[in-house]
Amino acid sequence: MQKIKEKSIEAFLILCASITVFTTLGIIVILSIETFQFFREVSVFEFFTGTEWTPLFAIKKYGILPLVAGTLLTTLIAIAVALPLGLTIAVYLNEYADQRLKAVIKPLLEILAAIPTVVYGFFALTFVTPVLQKIIPSLSGFNALSAGLVMGVMIIPYVSSLSEDALSAVPKSLREAAYGMGSTRLQTAFKVMLPAASSGVIVSVILAISRAIGETMIVAVAAGQEPKFTFNPLQSIETITTYIVQVSMGDVPQNSLEFRSIFAAGITLFGLTFILNNISYWMKQKYQQKYE
Amino acid sequence: MYKLEARDIQLYYGQKHALKGISMAIKPNTVTAFIGPSGCGKSTFLRCFNRMNDLIDTCRIEGEILIDGRDIYKDRINVVDHRKKIGMVFQKPNPFPKSIFENVAYGLRINGITHKKFLEETVERSLRQAALWDEVKDDLKKSALALSGGQQQRLCIARTLAVEPSVILMDEPCSALDPISTAKVEELIHELKNKYTIVMVTHNMQQAARVSDRTAFFYLGELIEYDDTPTIFTNPAKEATQNYVTGRFG
Ligand SMILES: Nc1ncnc2c1ncn2[C@@H]1O[C@H](COP(=O)(O)OP(=O)(O)O)[C@@H](O)[C@H]1O
Ligand SMILES: [Mg+2]
Repeated sequence: MQKIKEKSIEAFLILCASITVFTTLGIIVILSIETFQFFREVSVFEFFTGTEWTPLFAIKKYGILPLVAGTLLTTLIAIAVALPLGLTIAVYLNEYADQRLKAVIKPLLEILAAIPTVVYGFFALTFVTPVLQKIIPSLSGFNALSAGLVMGVMIIPYVSSLSEDALSAVPKSLREAAYGMGSTRLQTAFKVMLPAASSGVIVSVILAISRAIGETMIVAVAAGQEPKFTFNPLQSIETITTYIVQVSMGDVPQNSLEFRSIFAAGITLFGLTFILNNISYWMKQKYQQKYE
Repeated sequence: MYKLEARDIQLYYGQKHALKGISMAIKPNTVTAFIGPSGCGKSTFLRCFNRMNDLIDTCRIEGEILIDGRDIYKDRINVVDHRKKIGMVFQKPNPFPKSIFENVAYGLRINGITHKKFLEETVERSLRQAALWDEVKDDLKKSALALSGGQQQRLCIARTLAVEPSVILMDEPCSALDPISTAKVEELIHELKNKYTIVMVTHNMQQAARVSDRTAFFYLGELIEYDDTPTIFTNPAKEATQNYVTGRFG
């Protein structure tokens, strides 16, 4: 009886594990097939080097660069917000705040990541953009800047929480060494603790970047859905994810070339995050060994 | 004139009364050993001298600690500056996750010293003093974490020496080391005595007898006996000390 129970639990666990594996495989297979179909009609070279993306117009051009630029631009802005703020918060919580305060603030911060992104989108569109327009009159109603800034706020907890975990995991003896040498708190935090926690901090940042690259709703609502090959944050842009949403929601016929373009875009996105995940994995290995 | 003086120190961790009225005076250029069974308060007392107990939220301290006649818990002293003058070597080697060079240069760098030549000279001098120079001179850029435990501990000593403190506190500096490294560190302590006042905690009776001038025996948060090392080991005044140094308990 006991043995049957053991066996069935094991079978169940294998089933759970295989569901995730098969889902991933399924996604890759479908993406690949559709992308393959797409590239029978559009040259790979044109796709990766073209600077015009007009699949929904009469003259169709399939150059992914405007979408990549839009994605990178909003991501860059978001990281420029989240990295300094997130790290400052992490250092503050770890080195300055007392334990009770930390126990309250950390979960509160994590709520930021739990707010539905469509709310952030409208916050960017109806609040941040008008405020920014007072300062920068040339800012268009839909723009990369507001979307990126708000996205940055959303991903702060990815940086702050995980970095704080990494800082907390630094052995107590290292902190004592730093203070014993006569370091101030600031010196202890930035010269000893952060370098010692670097693998965790890097992983947290890469996770935040992945999250920003994959973010859809905020950019869809606030950034304008206009594929333009530009790095000017004041203009409206479109990212890979918003394009995918735009097409899947619209009335583009299935099996058409336009429809297949979303899979090619999807594979590009997949490639981007895949590279990032690998970098993060590699960093973790590299720094962890050093730190034994 | 005493280098270090403790006057009626009472220390509490929350409700726990960890040090009960300890007074002690230590002369300059001597090695003082703290001995006693685990948990009797040796580390706690040692950490009073550079105010490391400040890092523990629950810790409360009464009494006076004087260094060169100045009370470090009053006199509106700057703790950070004070710690720069008191070096500390810990039980487990704790080099920073930086290169060997940067570990030794750390204390200078946080004092704003950037002069390259001076940094290099100081690093070399400190590593020589710590008897580590010959082993690492060719790979100063290597991570300190790649060194062996014994080398790491000597690196930590070099790191401390680089800023030329006047007092060095050592909390069981050899407990994680092999016998050869231990011998090297002991030899080092002998030499450093000329320039520094050294206070060390040790679990090893032979070590205390070998390297120290004065020995203090602690038991359950109290200082039982404090005298010249030969007296403590051959002719102690208290029976408890006698029992401890002859290995009958603890
Ligand atoms: N951070 C702390 N919080 C609470 N109690 C502590 C702390 N550090 C030490 N103690 C207690 O104080 C007593 C003395 O500890 P310690 O100074 O480390 O002893 P020793 O170094 O002689 O082994 C022990 O009973 C220990 O449990
Ligand atoms: Mg101890």
